[in-house]
Amino acid sequence: MTMPFYVPPEQLMKDRAEYARKGIARGKSIVGVEFVDGVLLLGENPSGTLQKISEVYDRIAFAGVGKYTEFEQLRIGGIRRADLTGYAYSRTDVTAKSLANAYAQTLGHVFTQDVKPFEVEVMVVEIGDDDETSRIYRVTYDGTLHEEHRVSAIGGSAEVLVESLEAAYRPRAPLMEALGWTKAACASVTETDPAGWEGAVLDRTQGRRAFRRLTDEEIGAA
Amino acid sequence: MTESSGDGLVLDSGIPASSFAALLRARGLDPKWETDGSSGVLDAPEGTTVLAFRYDDGVIMAGDRRATAGHYVAHRRVQKVYPADSYSAVAISGTAGVAIELVRLFQTELEHYEKIEGRRLSLPGKANHLASMVRRHLPMAFQGLGVVPLFCGFDEQLEQGRLYSYDVVGGSYEETDYAATGSGGRDARLYIRTKFTDGLTETGALELALEALVAVAEEDTATGGPDLKRGIYPNIVTVSSRGYAELPDAMVAEMARSVMERSP
Repeated sequence: MTMPFYVPPEQLMKDRAEYARKGIARGKSIVGVEFVDGVLLLGENPSGTLQKISEVYDRIAFAGVGKYTEFEQLRIGGIRRADLTGYAYSRTDVTAKSLANAYAQTLGHVFTQDVKPFEVEVMVVEIGDDDETSRIYRVTYDGTLHEEHRVSAIGGSAEVLVESLEAAYRPRAPLMEALGWTKAACASVTETDPAGWEGAVLDRTQGRRAFRRLTDEEIGAA
Repeated sequence: MTESSGDGLVLDSGIPASSFAALLRARGLDPKWETDGSSGVLDAPEGTTVLAFRYDDGVIMAGDRRATAGHYVAHRRVQKVYPADSYSAVAISGTAGVAIELVRLFQTELEHYEKIEGRRLSLPGKANHLASMVRRHLPMAFQGLGVVPLFCGFDEQLEQGRLYSYDVVGGSYEETDYAATGSGGRDARLYIRTKFTDGLTETGALELALEALVAVAEEDTATGGPDLKRGIYPNIVTVSSRGYAELPDAMVAEMARSVMERSP
């Protein structure tokens, strides 16, 4: 029988974290910003079909960065969980907090137990009846859960993005204005011209299903 | 990826991601309706008359509000016409409790598919899926707990309204102009056949739908006509290029009153 080499747990976690961070840093970031009617999600995405932002439930949206297959798995898992809860109980019993916790559990579990950690970071966004009750959660590759306010970002350039968005942020801004400074912030962290945008809003004026994708014209006009 | 630690996040579990019903079955959560066959006759409340027909903009769908158990009126304000998704509607007849659950599952299934795949199912796809859901209920139909839906929607590819009727074994039939089902379905079809014309306006369609329901309520004790005293009116919805829309109560009430006054 062969004995495995001893690796101290600190070293093991450090290596895994570094591996995950490297993977995430390769992709483009996504930002979430509160505006007057809800929350705006925007990111650079050259593909029109492989999407990173998605509807999860009536008032909940998901965004993921990093390795596409991995956050897609998380996206589907989240939709399944939300639909199961809503079907078994009531539509109002599906909350972003519970979903974000499930993501944190899963990512934490994968980080410590699986062969390799997920190279992803996800954002779960929920809107309430007024702008006091919007929720933005961010879950990192190791399952650490953060609750954010007003602005948030995931991906390699997240810190820089949040800094520049905090500076531009104005409460209760209309969509087009918020879209304007969000685009400017995203464009400021890339050297080349963005090849394409992907944007969506959770808009509380839209009725039951608040999620709506922004058209290229809308994003272009801001 | 391994099964995660009991947090309820269902990752890669070998079932088709776009089907919610398959997910329910895999987790043992699907509604169980089977009986052992030895049970006696159950007097579960039944929904009665629903109808649908084409008009200028798409399809109109209407249902009375009564549910009966044997000779009794079980409920006076039952909703039998539901949105299936933003471009289709479903109406139910047969055992009310079973049918309402079927609709809830159908709605969840369509929305689940739309969210996972990023696009809606085609209209024939939705109709076929509903057929398979009805077919799954066949053992129940032998117990006298059958469900027969009616389905209509706006075909976004062909840009026209289409409607489908079903039978108790899950047969799905596309109808060209009109369809009706339930205890008063036959009377409703007869009435609509004599009055139906191409190119009805929304108001004309609303009038015809109400006239048919009023006529059926005269012939069929299980169908409730508009109840002016209590303010109970049929559920009437339209599905057109603008999507699913419920006609406002006030509009239905006013038309119901004028139809009732004119009815012989």
